[in-house]
Amino acid sequence: MNLLRVKHLEKSFGGVSAISNLSFDLPKGIVFSVIGPNGAGKTTLFNMLCGFYTPDQGSIIFKKENAEYDKEVMYHSLHNMATHQIAACGISRSFQNLQIFFNMTALENVMVGCHLQSSSRFLPSLLRLPSVIKEEQRVKQQALNALAFCHLDHLANEMADSLAYGDLKRLEIARALASKPQLLMLDEPAAGLNDTETQQMSHLIRKICASGVTVLLVEHNMELVMTSSDQILVLNFGHLLAQGTPDEIQNNPVVVKAYLGEDI
Amino acid sequence: MSDYILQFLISGITVGSIYALVGLGFTIIYNASDVVNFAQGEFVMIGAMSAVSFSIAGIPLIIAIIMAMMVTVLVGFALNQFAIKPAKGASVVTTIIITIGASIFLRGAALLIWGKDFYSLPAFSGEQPIHIAGATILPQNLWVMGVSVLLVSAVLWFFKYTLLGKAILACSCNRTAAQMVGINVGKMMLLSYGLSAMLGALAGVLIVPITFSSYDAGIMLGLKGFSAAILGGIGNPIGAIVGGLLLGVLESLGAGFISSGYKDAIAFAIILFVLFVRPSGLLGHEHQERV
Amino acid sequence: MKRLSGFYLLSLVALILPQIFPDNYYLTVVGVFAALHIILAVGLNLLMGYCGQISLGHAAFFGLGAYSSAILTTRYQLDPWLAMISGMVLVFIIANLIARPILKLKGHYLAMATLGFGIIVHIIFVQTEALSGGPDGLGDIPTLSIAGWAVDSDIRWYYVTTISALGSILLSLNLIASRSGRAIRAVHGSEFAAQMMGINSNKTKVMVFVFAAVLASFAGSLFAYQQNFVSPDSFSFFFSIELVTMVVLGGMASTYGAVFGAILLTFLPELLIVFEDYEMLVYGAILMLVMIFMPQGLFISLGHQLTQLKKNYWPNKKPAGDQQ
Repeated sequence: MNLLRVKHLEKSFGGVSAISNLSFDLPKGIVFSVIGPNGAGKTTLFNMLCGFYTPDQGSIIFKKENAEYDKEVMYHSLHNMATHQIAACGISRSFQNLQIFFNMTALENVMVGCHLQSSSRFLPSLLRLPSVIKEEQRVKQQALNALAFCHLDHLANEMADSLAYGDLKRLEIARALASKPQLLMLDEPAAGLNDTETQQMSHLIRKICASGVTVLLVEHNMELVMTSSDQILVLNFGHLLAQGTPDEIQNNPVVVKAYLGEDI
Repeated sequence: MSDYILQFLISGITVGSIYALVGLGFTIIYNASDVVNFAQGEFVMIGAMSAVSFSIAGIPLIIAIIMAMMVTVLVGFALNQFAIKPAKGASVVTTIIITIGASIFLRGAALLIWGKDFYSLPAFSGEQPIHIAGATILPQNLWVMGVSVLLVSAVLWFFKYTLLGKAILACSCNRTAAQMVGINVGKMMLLSYGLSAMLGALAGVLIVPITFSSYDAGIMLGLKGFSAAILGGIGNPIGAIVGGLLLGVLESLGAGFISSGYKDAIAFAIILFVLFVRPSGLLGHEHQERV
Repeated sequence: MKRLSGFYLLSLVALILPQIFPDNYYLTVVGVFAALHIILAVGLNLLMGYCGQISLGHAAFFGLGAYSSAILTTRYQLDPWLAMISGMVLVFIIANLIARPILKLKGHYLAMATLGFGIIVHIIFVQTEALSGGPDGLGDIPTLSIAGWAVDSDIRWYYVTTISALGSILLSLNLIASRSGRAIRAVHGSEFAAQMMGINSNKTKVMVFVFAAVLASFAGSLFAYQQNFVSPDSFSFFFSIELVTMVVLGGMASTYGAVFGAILLTFLPELLIVFEDYEMLVYGAILMLVMIFMPQGLFISLGHQLTQLKKNYWPNKKPAGDQQ
């Protein structure tokens, strides 16, 4: 079953085309990587998927939570939605430039991730009604679970601005996971990480996929991409260059020439 | 009717020129250090009041004006050295409060020195009104407009064509990079505060023959200058000038045709409207957020 | 409850103080102003400190509440409680209308827009003489009565305003420790990430803005009934700046910081009277010095100092020979 379907997507910035006639399907339950040289349009694609940019043309549809069969009505149309509405459909992400809430602790960061999993409103919160207190306990526990999943529970009460870079990258992922998304988008999760940390990240990504969350990955680190991915999409100058399994991509002469280099 | 319009335009451009100069002062400091200097209006007041004091003491007008400028520039240096520099790295809001504290301090000092009285200077070249096309223009109005044009051109030329001017702009774009290429950021800061103070002092000296000055005259001028800079797009010197002139003219037309009590309300309502339509001011650049 | 232990202590002290020092001018007269300033500062701190939205026009809502109460009671003989509630409803509507477009602005532009709004409202107070009494103000405002118990003495006003202030502190503390509170802080931390977590950032900003405005209106009504008189001078942009100073001086993103700032800046002018003509000079100097040397605000900086002291004088003792 397809989780996400992108059709004929177009996006330009002031005359420069960033994405051009891009179409692909993202199947449910896999790790799907998008690779390509700098300027290929990967982050633009990400930002369109989560509503920061509106596509000039084309459509993005996303399978509804309890969809049973593959018909049009079972999909949300994402390309005209605001970001918070897209999040409510079951999509979450981490960011290339860390967007951690530095004014909070690690635990509080992840508790924000639980926003969609809770429902206390403004007025009841002011008065701290019993329902609010009960929900706070539940949310705190859920957040701790997400932290534990990413091996960060020992840092729960530390202020985010005192954490190491590698921990912050995982914290963003824990926060995104706390919202129990169907699709998790990771924007260069291995950027700035050393070899050991990258291996741990690869491990984490596969663990996330095994728990039932589909992962969409943008990454430059080829080792991570080739070891973690089930499918790879190659972008070049905003066009789709190739799509396939890691083996297929590594042996694709067009890809090898355009991106991986001639000597492999 | 058209006679009135011309008259309102003349007074509007006169006061607008002052707003433009004050706004330009805001812009220079903002460009050099990302700080909005809420004591800018006090530079205007100190320039005017000092010039008056020196003039009363018998010093010839031109010398009095030059001395007043020097005094104000020294105040500008002091503000940078003792209030802004020690708070390096503080957040925007903290720095705003520091400059607010500085403006209160300067007003307090002015109160001690000059009391609550109103002061004025004689008009630079007499008070014989000139009649043009049915409107009356005072020689002082011409002084204000003329000197403002000269000052503004000089400042723009300074920033566009001199190395020193570009060095100051570099500090605001990227402080560390500026240091890396050998720019003495501390000196640039000092210079920009001095320049802003000088502009403020000149504005004060120019307008005081028309509008008088007192210890708290800087408040409204500072506010209007800030509004001018924002209206034009903060950081853009030409924006500050356009904003200042526009604000002055709108105020004058509003006072003339609608109501003098509501003139400020009209001016601010228009600023609000402009901001809703152009969130970065008339000539400001849209801040692109990268995620 | 551990979470509110500071609050209970503060409440106890605030309520007991006038019994220990009866008829004390600083408590029952200045203290009333401090309490009103606390309500204003706590609301503004939610908007500026926690939500990160600067507002230089908060005095306008204080004034709208005060004038609503003044006008509705003196010109339309409305019951003071009804007038207060009407003022809050009016401010709720106005704040909602302007919040949406204004909060789309950022940084200095937002500051300008709120400043402009505040000045426009002030000018309206001055110019609409028939309704507001113009620059001379409006007097003969009746006082509040709670089920027959008239609030007509200094000490009664102390208790009414102090309990109101404590109430607003409690509401703020409750809000911050909740899902809505985290949403507010998230919008300040990173608006993009907050949206990606499902938070409608525009709606969140509007809610905080409106809440702070309605709280200010409530304080304004209390002010009108306590003074029995209102004039535009109390609601100028100077006062807006003073409120911002209270929040920043005390320490942003801290409810108690705002309380501290409000109390300090209410009492400071009283204490500075000894300086006579030098009062303004010293006030300005104090503001500068505090912000230069304690940029996080007095309350937060002092808090850090105390924690440091505690660490130095009561270090955790480790048994001898323990290898870490």
